[in-house]
Amino acid sequence: MSELVAEDQDATPLQSLVTDWSTDQETFKRVHWGKAMMWIFLLSDTFIFSCFLTSYMTVRSSTTMPWPNPSEVFGLTIAGHSVPLLLIAIMTFILISSSGTMALAVNYGYRRDRRTTALLMFATALFGLTFVSMQAFEWTKLIREGVRPWGNPWGAPQFGSSFFMITGFHGFHVSIGVIYLSTIAIKVLKGDFERKGNYEVVEIAGLYWHFVDLVWVFIFAFFYLW
Amino acid sequence: MTTETAHAQVSLTPSKEHNVKQGQQHPLGIYFVIWGLLFVLSTFSYLVDYFDFVGFTRWALILSLMWLKAGLIVAVFMHMRWERLALVYAILIPPLLLGILVTLMSLESDYTFWTRIVFFGLFRSHPGA
Repeated sequence: MSELVAEDQDATPLQSLVTDWSTDQETFKRVHWGKAMMWIFLLSDTFIFSCFLTSYMTVRSSTTMPWPNPSEVFGLTIAGHSVPLLLIAIMTFILISSSGTMALAVNYGYRRDRRTTALLMFATALFGLTFVSMQAFEWTKLIREGVRPWGNPWGAPQFGSSFFMITGFHGFHVSIGVIYLSTIAIKVLKGDFERKGNYEVVEIAGLYWHFVDLVWVFIFAFFYLW
Repeated sequence: MTTETAHAQVSLTPSKEHNVKQGQQHPLGIYFVIWGLLFVLSTFSYLVDYFDFVGFTRWALILSLMWLKAGLIVAVFMHMRWERLALVYAILIPPLLLGILVTLMSLESDYTFWTRIVFFGLFRSHPGA
């Protein structure tokens, strides 16, 4: 075992890849098991969201009716001027900022600065809550305008089902994330991880949160901008 | 190599492998830089829509900005660039298979589109045409 570790110090990344996968024991060396599991969960989640986006691509490119113009559908009228996609742009910036505060929280966690870590995590959760609220506003607006999973006033009926399915599932992830982060933040404040001296839990929660932001990047590009 | 020298070597180079210490610790500055970059890139994506680029320019801009943002989030915020290759490949290679699904479904949707045109009647949904 120790020889293995020693060899590893001089190995090129590619050699280490081959060694790690052929040792017939622990593959992800020096990676917290929780982190490896979170990554594998996120990988499966990637496939779920990819299935949604691929089916959206399929219905959009196979419909013979014109697709509603997202730029107009999601536009807001501010002081008589209609600004395209304004709400979505603000939501994007909010989610990026939440990712920023989360990255800082992970860093302060490893410095064992419990107060700052918890504060940054609560800020992240608050950004997430703002995001979900804006999404609720967007849904309400669209439902009032007559968008349903089976039809809408502007064109291809598939628009509604794709929209509700994709943004709904993403919003669900954000909501779960808010609960998850708040729980961990409270535990950080209480000093639960101080006893074990291990703040990797914060990093693992961070991975989940950054993933939610990552998925939004793809939804923003494919659903709202395309 | 004996066990003693192996241990010696490990203890001599504790900083080489960053997470020997604990988890992922990096200077704060890099997070602020990435945060700023993500803001700039998102502004660009928004401007693609605002200035109403169309056709190939639009697709190229949307996709390249999307991949840049995704890359920055995964590499820095999710610390992928500092992880061991065994983990990096295990996570990043499987999604490449999605390319097959996307290709198959785009062929299939093309087929569905033309079937609809043929069976439902040409331009039925465009009364003006």
